[in-house]
Amino acid sequence: MDSVFFSGLFFLALVKATPIAFGAMAGLMSERSGVINIAIEGMMLTGAMMAFLGSVIFNDLTGGTLPKIYSLLAGLIVAMISAALVALLHAVFSIHYKVDQIISGTVINLLSVGVTNFVANAYIDPRGLAGVGVFPVINIPILSEIPLIGRIFFSHQPLVYLMLIMVAVLQYALFKTPWGLRTRAVGEHPRAADTVGINVNRRRYINVTLGGALAGIGGAFLVLESVGRFQKLMTTGRGFIALAALIFGKWTSVGALGSALLFGFAEALGVRLQLGDVNELQALALLAGIGIIVLAGAWAVLKLIRRGADQRRNRTIGILASAGLASIAAALLFDWPSVEIPIQFLGLMPYIATVLVLAGFVGRAIPPAAIGKPYEKA
Amino acid sequence: MATSEARRSSRRRALLGRLAIPLLAIFTALIVASLAMVLSGTDPIKAYLALAEGAFGSQVARVETLIKATPFLLAGLAIALAFRGGLFNIGVEGQLFVGSAVTVFIGYSVELPAAIHIPLALLGGMIGGAVWAGIPGYLKARNGAHEVITTIMFNFIALRIISWAIGVGGPLRAPRTVVPETPAVFESARLPILIPDSRLHAGVIIAVIAAFVVYWLLWRTVTGFELRTVGANPNAARYAGINVEFNIVRTMALSGALAGLSGGIQVLGLAPYTFTTGFNVGLGFDSIAVAVLGSIHPFGVALAALLFGAMDAGARLMQLRTKVPIDVVTIVQGLILAFVAADQIIRRLYRIRTETEEGPVSLSQSWGGGS
Repeated sequence: MDSVFFSGLFFLALVKATPIAFGAMAGLMSERSGVINIAIEGMMLTGAMMAFLGSVIFNDLTGGTLPKIYSLLAGLIVAMISAALVALLHAVFSIHYKVDQIISGTVINLLSVGVTNFVANAYIDPRGLAGVGVFPVINIPILSEIPLIGRIFFSHQPLVYLMLIMVAVLQYALFKTPWGLRTRAVGEHPRAADTVGINVNRRRYINVTLGGALAGIGGAFLVLESVGRFQKLMTTGRGFIALAALIFGKWTSVGALGSALLFGFAEALGVRLQLGDVNELQALALLAGIGIIVLAGAWAVLKLIRRGADQRRNRTIGILASAGLASIAAALLFDWPSVEIPIQFLGLMPYIATVLVLAGFVGRAIPPAAIGKPYEKA
Repeated sequence: MATSEARRSSRRRALLGRLAIPLLAIFTALIVASLAMVLSGTDPIKAYLALAEGAFGSQVARVETLIKATPFLLAGLAIALAFRGGLFNIGVEGQLFVGSAVTVFIGYSVELPAAIHIPLALLGGMIGGAVWAGIPGYLKARNGAHEVITTIMFNFIALRIISWAIGVGGPLRAPRTVVPETPAVFESARLPILIPDSRLHAGVIIAVIAAFVVYWLLWRTVTGFELRTVGANPNAARYAGINVEFNIVRTMALSGALAGLSGGIQVLGLAPYTFTTGFNVGLGFDSIAVAVLGSIHPFGVALAALLFGAMDAGARLMQLRTKVPIDVVTIVQGLILAFVAADQIIRRLYRIRTETEEGPVSLSQSWGGGS
């Protein structure tokens, strides 16, 4: 157990968290303005396929004369546009036609599976299309030289950086800008928002559609930064984990990132377990420690943003953080006996965590008040 | 006499009006999906003819249609029942999984006479499904956790636990198999075959009976009255002295039981009588389309299930004849759900007047939060 293992684990967690965080941000944009989004999965799947097709076709059209990076960028843009269009469909159904938003989401998910499988079977597979490749790793000058931290945070492929930037931007935008205030107003009390002259439905259209573009990046990540080609149903439920991260993060982008990281850690630990680098109990202790620290961290960040000067909470955050550190230290220092725990159960964490916060057993996740209801002008 | 005649004819017209939207939605979905076929270079008419032949063209085809319609009917009933109670049970997928697993376990672990074994195994599956739906129901009733999110999460929890249970070294794993699957259930637990030398099993009859039972339950019993009242207006129901919280749990449990039965019948009715990963994946979601297309009425659901079963049964011949990927069926099913749900599109397309008599049933209510 050394720093290489440790930084590798963190590094992998951040990579695994990236598509989940993008998906969660898509849900955030949509749900904060009052439109339920269970169609993140479908938008990501469409984004993944279109990223592949976009990059491959662009590469063919240019005859491979341009550097690979242009094809990859083209793929990314195509993914964003097409996922945004899918989201627009969700918006039209739920806002214009006032279709039950869960039904609309189900339609999107069904159609995405049908269409991507259809295209894969009718077009991609028969032609044996090969991918263009993946985005290169970008080492941030100077910062990537820092021991440990540099390896974890500053030597990634570009979409990981983009994700971190977007989380910060969205958190700021949602709570510190007029756009954010209006978005939240529309999601909490559309009638009041309407009264002060905000166009409720237009705002919802814009938010759902832009959110779709974010989900598209999340899907594109799988093709353009991870696998390198499209595989049928390759999102494998990540859109729903993103939904879980959104709720566990209590409808904030920093919270969603924290949850995505936690789920990413669970996934990364699962990988490490299979490689035999850690044993089960050690992994659990690590996960518990990291989980507590992530929670304390997210809490601290939110508190900083809201500037609530409550001494008692400061102490709680401090105690939580040190408990987390102690748990990690214990995981690293002791020789843990080997116990057989099925590793699939690590993967249950996102789902159970979500159920627990929704039921109010650990903190309470309260959704935007007007979510799911179409707005009708009085 | 004359008035009753007039009433009957007006009722007939109302029924026709109610059928018009679903039928036109199906028609429109087929047209839109044919665009995908044209783009991939096939003649959609040829493809649809092959689809119809594969579904109804021979006795084997018709049997296959019935077999495929059976789980759709039961799962569609599960969703429709929950809708009537004001709940969106999107967790049928997971409940079906749990139900199948319990049924298959009872089916291969004990040996009993068939008259006891089959009902016991199916009952076990129903209880499994009821518990898996009842927990989210309880969390909604007591803590206000929205059932859509909790049941989605329960789907994944079920999937993970069961893939562990039938994985290498798992408790349900059959010995000496390469693929993850359970042992086959004993002969005594297998559903009888209705037509010799065919695959048509007695589950079809069970499903049809279930449709009548659900109809009877909803409109002829106190339970059904309470269920529908809570679904229509929980506040009014509470005012009338109905225990709303208890009803939410009961409705979810009943819905989950139907979902569990749907899965159980699949493992007891169809060779190889085992449970594997990838078993009926997506059925729980397709059944939402079945329930909505069937106007969340048991008999409507039965017709819709027959249609979906026919499409699934005919898809293979269509792929064989015309090289159209089987996935076009998923597209059609998604489009049908879209057009039935957004009936304004259909009304505008075909210039159908909007009737004001009965508003659409509100499917999902407050999203979490206070109850």
